[in-house]
Amino acid sequence: MANYKLQINGKSYEVDVEEDTPLLWVLRDNLGLVGTKYSCGIAQCGACTVHLNGEAVRSCVLPVSAVKSDKVTTIEGLSENGDHPVQQAWEEVDVAQCGYCQAGQIMTAAALLKKNPSPSDEEIVEGMNANICRCGTYHRIKEAVKLASAKSK
Amino acid sequence: MEKGLKTNRRDFLKIAATAGGGLLIGFNWMGCDSPKMKVISDEEVLNSALNFNSYLSISPTDHVVIYSPNPELGQNIKTSFPMIVAEELDVDWSKVRVQQAFLDTEKYDRQVTGGSGAMPHSWERLRTAGATARQMLMEAAAKRLAVPLTELKTEKGQVIHGSKKLSYGELANEAALIPVPENVQLKNPNDFKIIGTPIKNVDNRAMFTGKPLYGLDFYREGMVHAMIQRPPFGMKLKSVDAEAAKKIKGVKDVVTFKNNVALVGESTWPLMKARKTLNIQYEPIDGKLESTAFHNQVFDEMLNTGKGDVKRQDGDVNAAFRSAARVIKSEYQCPFLSHSPMEPMNFFAHVKADGVELVGPTQTPDRARNAAAEICGISPDKVTVEMTRLGGGFGRRLRADFVEEAVELSKMLQAPVKLTWSREDDITGGAYRPAVKYRFEAALDKDNKLIGYKLRGVGINAGNCTRENNFPSGSVDNLLIESLEYKSPITTNAWRAPITNFLAFAEQSFLDEVADAAGKDPVAFRLELLDRAKSNPVGEIHYDIDRMRKVVETVAEKSGWGKKQGVSQGFSVYFSHRSYVGQVAEARMVDGVPVLDKIYAVTDCGIVVNPTGADQQVRGGMVDGMGHAMFTNMTFTDGISDQKNFDSYRLIKMKEIPEIETHFIKNGIDPTGLGEPALPPTGGAIANAIYKASGKRVRNQPFMEQEEMKNVRLGDPA
Repeated sequence: MANYKLQINGKSYEVDVEEDTPLLWVLRDNLGLVGTKYSCGIAQCGACTVHLNGEAVRSCVLPVSAVKSDKVTTIEGLSENGDHPVQQAWEEVDVAQCGYCQAGQIMTAAALLKKNPSPSDEEIVEGMNANICRCGTYHRIKEAVKLASAKSK
Repeated sequence: MEKGLKTNRRDFLKIAATAGGGLLIGFNWMGCDSPKMKVISDEEVLNSALNFNSYLSISPTDHVVIYSPNPELGQNIKTSFPMIVAEELDVDWSKVRVQQAFLDTEKYDRQVTGGSGAMPHSWERLRTAGATARQMLMEAAAKRLAVPLTELKTEKGQVIHGSKKLSYGELANEAALIPVPENVQLKNPNDFKIIGTPIKNVDNRAMFTGKPLYGLDFYREGMVHAMIQRPPFGMKLKSVDAEAAKKIKGVKDVVTFKNNVALVGESTWPLMKARKTLNIQYEPIDGKLESTAFHNQVFDEMLNTGKGDVKRQDGDVNAAFRSAARVIKSEYQCPFLSHSPMEPMNFFAHVKADGVELVGPTQTPDRARNAAAEICGISPDKVTVEMTRLGGGFGRRLRADFVEEAVELSKMLQAPVKLTWSREDDITGGAYRPAVKYRFEAALDKDNKLIGYKLRGVGINAGNCTRENNFPSGSVDNLLIESLEYKSPITTNAWRAPITNFLAFAEQSFLDEVADAAGKDPVAFRLELLDRAKSNPVGEIHYDIDRMRKVVETVAEKSGWGKKQGVSQGFSVYFSHRSYVGQVAEARMVDGVPVLDKIYAVTDCGIVVNPTGADQQVRGGMVDGMGHAMFTNMTFTDGISDQKNFDSYRLIKMKEIPEIETHFIKNGIDPTGLGEPALPPTGGAIANAIYKASGKRVRNQPFMEQEEMKNVRLGDPA
C-alpha cells in the first residue's frame, strides 16, 4: 500500500491503495465519486472517461500511481451547478436512455469542445466514436455536441 | 368520448388523518382499480412517503409526488408513467416529483420490465389513479365553496369556480375525508395537455451530474465486495488453488459454492487482480464440451432429419409444393448474443436474522425476492427489494442468477455483500440470445401467386423459435410452420424482442426473395398478401391487418418508395409486442460497395404518450437491431465464448449509424409498448437494401463477417 495525494475537482484527497489500482476504482470505492462508471475495464467503451489536466482519459486503465499532481476532473466536478454547456445540451436534447454511459460521453464531449470549440460533423463523430452507447443514443449525442458547441460561442 | 370507470368500493382503504395534512392515493394493482388514501405530513410526502406503498401524494405546498412502480432501464417508464397520472390529475408537470417505488406485490401489479408490456397493462390503471384523486379534490372544493360539483373545473393543480381558485394543496386535507368515488370520468384524449408532449427524462440532471443512481453506485458501510469465477458451460469445479489470491492485499477470503469460486474483499480492484492468480481445475460434467462447429452440424442434421413440432398448419403444403411452378428455398442463421448492458450485473444482498435486504438493478424484483426467500428458507414478505436505475437490461436482468449469488454469499459470510460481475463475466456468463437457423420454402404458381409457405426452424435452448401466427400466416392457403430445439448446457434467455429479433430479419428477407422471384415490388407484394388475409383469411389472424397496411403504406409514402433515383431501397414490416413498425432502408453503391445512408421508420403504437421518449425507443431499437445484425458475433470453443470483452465482442459505434427518420401513426388507440417493436424489422430492411444495391443477398448474421459482405460500409458520417 502507498499513500497518494490526488487533486480531484479542485479538492485534495489522500488515499492509501496499491500503486496499480486504476483511478476508476479509487474514485468509486475509496472516494465515493461514483459518477465515473465501470463497464469494460480495458479502455474499450469510454464509460470511465475523466479529464486529466483537461484531456479525456480512460480511468479504468490509469494506475493511481501515474496520476501524480495532475488535475483530475470527474463528472461531479465538470461544473459547480451541473450547468456546463455540454450538460445543458444533454438535458435539452434529452440524450439518455439508460444513461449509464452518458457521464463518459459528456466528459469526452467536453474535452473535445475544449480543444475544438466548433467541430464539424466528421470531427464530432471522430471524437465521440470510441464511446459506446449500448442503447444507441448516438444520433442525440451528435446533436447535443453540436448544441453545446453553439452554446459555448 | 369520455370514459366512465367503475371502481370497486370493497377494495378501498381509508386511513385517519394525521397532523400536517396531505392526500395520498394508492392503487391496489392486484385487483381492479382501487384507491387507498392516507393523510400524511408534507415532510413525509416529500421524504418518506415510500413507506406508504401508494401511488401519488399531494402536499399542502402543492407538490405532487408520483411513484413509478416499474424498473427503469432506459425505456423511459419512470417519466411516461407519471405523465399519465399527472394528466388525469390535471397538475402542472413542473410541480411533479417522481420517486421509484420499492417492490410491493400487494400494492402494485406487474412490477416487471419486459415484453414491452408495462404500458398496455397500466394505461387505464394510471389514468384512473389520477382521475380519482382529481375527483376527490373537486368534491372537497364543492363542499367548501357550497357549490354544485358541475360548476367546477380543474386546471394546473387548481380547482376553479368562476374567479375563485383553490389549489390542490389547500384542498388535500379535506379531499382525504371524501368517500372514494365509485365512478370517475377520464379525460377525452383530445383534451390531453401532458400526454403527447415531449417531457424530458426525469433523471436527466442526476444522470448528467454523476449522482448515484445505478446498482453499482450503491455502497453500504461494512459491506464486503465479491466477484465470482464461474465454470465454462458443461464443466464443473474440480479443484481450486487460491493461495496466491489470498495473499493479495485487500482480499479477505476465497470461498466456493455450487461450482463457483468467489473472492471477497474490501474493494473491487484487489478482487479483479486476485482472480488472475487463481489456479482452478474444471472437469466436463458428461464428457462433452460444445463448440460452434458442433452447433452448425447440429443445425443441419436437425433441419434435415429432425422431427419438427408442428406449430401451425393451413391447407395442404405438400400438394401445393408438388403443383408449384417454382420453389424458392433459403436458409438463415444467427449466432448467440450477450445482452451486454453497459452496467454489468451486480446486486447488494444483506441476509439478516429477520429477513433479507436487496438493492440493485433488476427487471423482475419479485423474482429476486422469491429467489432470496427460497435460498434463506423464509417467507417472501421478509425480503425487501429496492430497485435502482438499471444501466440497461435488454432482458438480461429478467433473470435472478446474480441476485441468488449475492444472497448465497451474504448468507455464507454473514455480512452485507455487493456482488460485481466483470465485463468478461457478463459476456462469458450465458443467458444468451439463442443461436437459431431457419429454412424457408415458398411455392409460386404459374401466375407467380404465393400458394405455399414453409418455415422450419431449429434453435439452441430457444423454446419455440417460430412465431407461427405472425404475418404472413393468414395470407397463404397452404402453410406449415415447425420448430425444433436442441438442448445445450449453454444458457439462453429472453433478449430484446425474443426470437423475433432474428426471425423478423429472416422472414422479411425471405419475403423479399420471394417478391423478387415473382417479379413483384416488395411493398406491393406485402399489400397483396394483406389484401388476401383481409378478404379471405386463412385460419386465425393474430395481427390487425388494417393497422399493418397503414404502416406499410405510410412508410412507403414517407420514404418516397420507388420514386428515388440513385438510391436502392429495402423494405421490412413487423408486428411484435402489440406494435407495428414498417421500415425502409436506403443504400447507394460507392466505389463498388453498398453504403447505407438512411432508414425510415413508421410506428403504430397507438397513442404516443411521450414523443421524445418514443422517438428514442424506436431509434435505439433500430440501432440495436442494426448493430447486432451487422457486427456482433459470438462463437464457442469447448463450452466458453471466444469473445470476452468489447475488444472482440463488437458493438455498433457512432461512425456506423445511418440517418434515421421516425414517424408515428396518429390514432386514438390505447398505447402499446415500444421497448422492443422497432428492433425486429431493421435487419431485414438493411439486408433488402443491400441486395437491391449490390445484388448480394446476406442471409447470416453478423453480416460483416459473411463473405458476400466484405467491404460493405455503413452510413457516411456526413
